[in-house]
Amino acid sequence: MQRILNYILGNRNTILYLFLLLISLALTFNARSYHQSKAFNSSKWVTGTTYEVSNSISSYFNLGEVNKNLVEENKRLRKQLFNIQQLPENKLDTNNLSFELKTAKVVKNSFSSPRNYITINKGKKQGLAQDMGVITHIGILGIVENVSTNFATVQSVLNTNSRINAKIKNTNYFGSLEWDGRNYKEVQLIDIPRSVPLVVGDTIVTGGMSSIFPENIPIGVIKKYSLNQSQSLFTITVGLFNDMANLNTAYIISKKDRQEQLDLENQTINANQ
Amino acid sequence: MLTNNVVLTAARFVLLVLAQALIFNNLGFLGYINPMIYVLFVYWYPISKNRSLFLILCFALGFMVDLFSDSLALHSASILTVAFLRPLLMRFCFGANFEFQGFTYKNTTLIQRVSYLTLLVFIHHTLFYTLEIFSFSHFLLILKKIISVGFVSLFICLLISSLFASQQD
Repeated sequence: MQRILNYILGNRNTILYLFLLLISLALTFNARSYHQSKAFNSSKWVTGTTYEVSNSISSYFNLGEVNKNLVEENKRLRKQLFNIQQLPENKLDTNNLSFELKTAKVVKNSFSSPRNYITINKGKKQGLAQDMGVITHIGILGIVENVSTNFATVQSVLNTNSRINAKIKNTNYFGSLEWDGRNYKEVQLIDIPRSVPLVVGDTIVTGGMSSIFPENIPIGVIKKYSLNQSQSLFTITVGLFNDMANLNTAYIISKKDRQEQLDLENQTINANQ
Repeated sequence: MLTNNVVLTAARFVLLVLAQALIFNNLGFLGYINPMIYVLFVYWYPISKNRSLFLILCFALGFMVDLFSDSLALHSASILTVAFLRPLLMRFCFGANFEFQGFTYKNTTLIQRVSYLTLLVFIHHTLFYTLEIFSFSHFLLILKKIISVGFVSLFICLLISSLFASQQD
């Protein structure tokens, strides 16, 4: 017994090292499978507040650009509005809207690691919850993953865990949007059948299959495509509309009857088993 | 003198975490080069008998950086390992005499210091990117990141360490 104790005391640094290493590796590999950890992420108070303070200073430097983007977006929306022949007033009734929008500021962004997360300055208090869609004025950004009282982390489309339902604009060919971790300007659209006629430059938009994003939110354009190993499906490289290295404001989309849809889908799956 | 050391270490801890999170994580040089400069903590930490405290501090430092970069425990695992290997690396670079009380960087040559820092940075980066990407099919990507980010980190670490070299050391 004495010897064992002596051995442990003599090697306490090695044991401490192995213990701490085990903790960190366990944390890392636990989160790798699907989601980041609930307990340790930058939506928490200390990190969130630090980023908020730093952002409140740095955001002054790109106010001009933010302004320009807003005018551009207003122009686009007004054009759409003027070209609607008759205002569908019954459609604009707030009771009939199926999506709600909230705005937030990006306080922390990353795009160089294989699993990137974005932190935004709105949280539970402002009605955010897990699995809401996040977009910018020109394209898709990601999905809300963790929320704290005042902040939320967003799983960016530049995350190797990210799977988003997407389709080729004006068709009904659906695929899954992924990222291979290499280039922050490009993502991959997989599972498009070989029979689909593809043209470089075609627009890719979100598909209606997901319960997170509304249909037809722009994602990017086809840059190149090739057949996958089985020679039956296309792998398409999509150039993103968003400049993921330079993000300012974001819109958060929540679908009103999402819970109903999920419940129904779960019931169907359970009934079939 | 002792409290002075504690304050200095605490200040380094906080400043390195903030510098890493707010400046160097946002650098994005060439799209993916975000140098990791908090390795300097291991370089600066005084040689003491209490290695357990040193290991715990390094783990905490890595963990804070992890919190800020949403990377779970990648930074912690890699800096912890570098901290654990420190005596070995010091013996390799400075010879056996570093274990005496009076060791300071002043008594060492520039080449010794640079090779020591190079080893620290590259061991840290190798572990970090291997754990982060963790796939054999991305071997070349891992290698590219280790080499390019490693050199930039080393360069900036050398600049910072010479900028803040204290007179007593």
